[in-house]
Amino acid sequence: MKIHVTINGVPTDVKVAPNEKLLDMLRRMGYYGVKFGCGRGECGVCTVILDGQAVMACLTFAAQAHNKSVITVEGIGQPGNLHLIQEAILDHGAAQCGYCTPGIVCSAKALLDENPHPTEVQVREALKGNLCRCTGYQKYVEAILDAAEKLRETSGRLE
Amino acid sequence: MKRPKYRSVGQNQRKVDGEALVTGQARYVDDIELRGMLYGKILRSPHAHARILEIDADEARGLPGVHAVLTHHNVPRIQYTTAGQGAPEPSPKDTFVLDEKVRYVGDSVAAVAAETAQIAEEALKKIKVRWEVLPAVLDMEQAMTPDAPRIHEMPSANEISNPEKNIAAQVEVTDGDPERGFAEADLVVENHYRAGRVHASHTEPHICITCLDEAGRLVVRTSTQVPFHVRRIIAPLVNLPIGKIRVIKPRIGGGFGAKQEVLLEPICALLTLKTGRPVRIRLTREEEFISSRTRHAQILRSKVGAKSDGTITATELEVLADTGAYGSHALTVQCNTGSKSLPLYRTHQYRKGVNNVHFKATAVYTNLPVAGAIRGYGAPQGFFALDSTLDEMAHKLKMDPIDFRLKNLVRKGDSPALLEKLGEGREGVKQILKSCGVRECIKRGMAEIEWQQKRARKNGGVVRRGVGMAVLQQGSGIPGIDMGAVTIKLNEDGSFNLMTGATDLGTGSDTILAQIAAEVLGTAADKCHVFSSDTDLTPYDTGAYASSTTYITGMAAKKAAEEIRRKVLARAVRMLSEKRGDLTLENGRVKGRKKSISLGEVCADALYEHDQEQIMATASHISYDCPPPFAAHFADVAVDTETGQVRVLKYVAAVDCGTAINPQLAEGQTLGGIHMGLGYALSEEYQFDDRGRLMNPRFLDYKILSASDMPEIKVILVPTFEPTGPFGAKSVSEIPTNGPAPAIGNAIFHALGVRLREVPFTPERVLKALRNA
Repeated sequence: MKIHVTINGVPTDVKVAPNEKLLDMLRRMGYYGVKFGCGRGECGVCTVILDGQAVMACLTFAAQAHNKSVITVEGIGQPGNLHLIQEAILDHGAAQCGYCTPGIVCSAKALLDENPHPTEVQVREALKGNLCRCTGYQKYVEAILDAAEKLRETSGRLE
Repeated sequence: MKRPKYRSVGQNQRKVDGEALVTGQARYVDDIELRGMLYGKILRSPHAHARILEIDADEARGLPGVHAVLTHHNVPRIQYTTAGQGAPEPSPKDTFVLDEKVRYVGDSVAAVAAETAQIAEEALKKIKVRWEVLPAVLDMEQAMTPDAPRIHEMPSANEISNPEKNIAAQVEVTDGDPERGFAEADLVVENHYRAGRVHASHTEPHICITCLDEAGRLVVRTSTQVPFHVRRIIAPLVNLPIGKIRVIKPRIGGGFGAKQEVLLEPICALLTLKTGRPVRIRLTREEEFISSRTRHAQILRSKVGAKSDGTITATELEVLADTGAYGSHALTVQCNTGSKSLPLYRTHQYRKGVNNVHFKATAVYTNLPVAGAIRGYGAPQGFFALDSTLDEMAHKLKMDPIDFRLKNLVRKGDSPALLEKLGEGREGVKQILKSCGVRECIKRGMAEIEWQQKRARKNGGVVRRGVGMAVLQQGSGIPGIDMGAVTIKLNEDGSFNLMTGATDLGTGSDTILAQIAAEVLGTAADKCHVFSSDTDLTPYDTGAYASSTTYITGMAAKKAAEEIRRKVLARAVRMLSEKRGDLTLENGRVKGRKKSISLGEVCADALYEHDQEQIMATASHISYDCPPPFAAHFADVAVDTETGQVRVLKYVAAVDCGTAINPQLAEGQTLGGIHMGLGYALSEEYQFDDRGRLMNPRFLDYKILSASDMPEIKVILVPTFEPTGPFGAKSVSEIPTNGPAPAIGNAIFHALGVRLREVPFTPERVLKALRNA
């Protein structure tokens, strides 16, 4: 079957199998920032943003993305053109092995798009589905709170 | 002490690979696709202990899309160890790539390579096995009994300590006169502690891709901490000389010791050699839990004697460890349980490093998943037992637990003799402590946790509060064994390439090595392009384990950079017509009294102008010192006496890692190690049914703490200067894992007056302890 999906802002028609997962579709298309960790929605390294919601791509059928927008980490910021969330993660030295980082960036982006003034508890809640074994999360949480503040300043200036 | 001023060292340099990590551009093994690549899958044993009477793979071989099926009939029968250690490995060689016998539920039976993963899985179902199911041992305390079934019947014993009694490895060391020490004690405290089996749980599963290059050499891309050990260990198994094997480590998604194992590479390579095609094997998360490696479950008898004034007179640890079906790291992990914990304290007869210490460890085989290397490497178990016993002793002596520890802790200049007798799998190397910030760690941590106030807190009601602490150490590399080498070469733009066999598994070691080299070369760390690791292109390194990379490989980076510096200055003397003594390296330039030139200009001179050469250097480093980092951990807990739930409200870790080359990364290591230690203390544990099947091989049932489960953690870096390390650095990565179990256990005791002697401290265990109190 064929689906129509907008990936990182680019509208595309993709041939998918009815049982194909969004994770496999995206990786097949070269979006390697979407990682495989468990394949059953328990670790969150495959987190992407589907129509504004952070979802686990390993639990989502590709067909569910039909007529929807998918944002992967590649669509949030690129080398030389980083998003403030990514800048903050670098400034705080939050990322270690980096395998969970793309998923965390996506969860953080979905949170801050919806709630520009999150509390620490809300940031931690938003990251609840993203397991990380390297960092203890603390520097990610600090980075995301920092990014939220910077994003508010930036949007304040734009207004 | 006045510290030298550094420009690169000590800075919170952004990770050199950071931008790739946060944008999803970093390439892990899973992100590599080779044309014609086949998918490998492994058939796993449904039985804890069984003999393969017959294995029929004809139907699987006939399935369209299947290219090869391997069973024990068509792989070389060579004994080896999966432990990725230096040669000769001190672990028993008790493993075959595929055997006629299986020894745990999940053991490898056969392997398939097929066009797709689905076909490979389909083929596994078509392999018919006739089993002779054997009685199994699922309890380490039963393993040595006379009627226990024998798990290993090797043609030769191959360093298995006592195969008849299922003993994989044993070690016993005595220092001083512990018997006399205990006899002279006013009080002796002795108890048993139990530590469960846990998993490293790196988010990237084990994965390997093998292929043949155009010269017919075997290329292995693998998520490993030990590329050079992989190359050496698989060579006989695939019947190729070492030079015909190339091992490449791309980015790694965490390892924590579990990737110090040669797990998938042999079978993957044999499938490639059989088919001529690239083959990829990636473990599922369930396989990761069942068939990779775990921390050793241990039962520890811990005994401490002390005078009524709080002077320790003798210490003893006796360990029974469950190595599971194979003896990977069975000897060395157990050695570390004693050698990392016991030498932290003096006894009253202390002189010339003699302590009254007895240590004995026995690692037994069971028909359960295989234990191996995991962050801490035996020390978390040792500190849980020893530090809990010290806490109990302090309570019985009516002393503040901190005062009691302070009275007995080692000091700078001490040379604990136990370390000379007890190395990793062999005798150790004499050690003299040249840096020791343990007292400062305690002082700073006490203030941060508000120890005095919280110890004096009135307690009562349903939810009780308590505060506890633990004192810890680890090592930095394996003395006399670990060697790291670094190659640096200079480019025309003043940047340089740094090639190392050390494997940054997320720790940030690529960045640390860049900062060290940049410091020597007077340039910025981001001018350093780090490449790690490829056995064809990078010099040897034992690998990222034993907390070695900053301390060992970091020194190699420093030496190589110093050699580059000498070569650069020699040219600059001529180019600037200045005296050597007037030249300095700063901001990427060589500065003289009058003029300056850039590193790039020096390189261009070397490549194109004068007496042409590539400015490059390779340096190796080995250390006979193994300076311990020290730490004091503090936990403030709330225990619900109705539900048994333990909540950690605040956690403080003060650590002496010498000079923190990158303070932010050192904090990150500490935070991550505490996260792993908190899971060990509170929630993580393998659970088996009565047939040896793992009941919780998934994150839903094997609970790793999430972002919202974590307490507030305060990390305090306490600077000291270790003279044998690069710019004063010691290790930092493993030590934090040792803290949470004893610190929280001691806090629970303070809250409830009840001591828990088994981790994890689950609500059930807390309630049981309360009922039995």
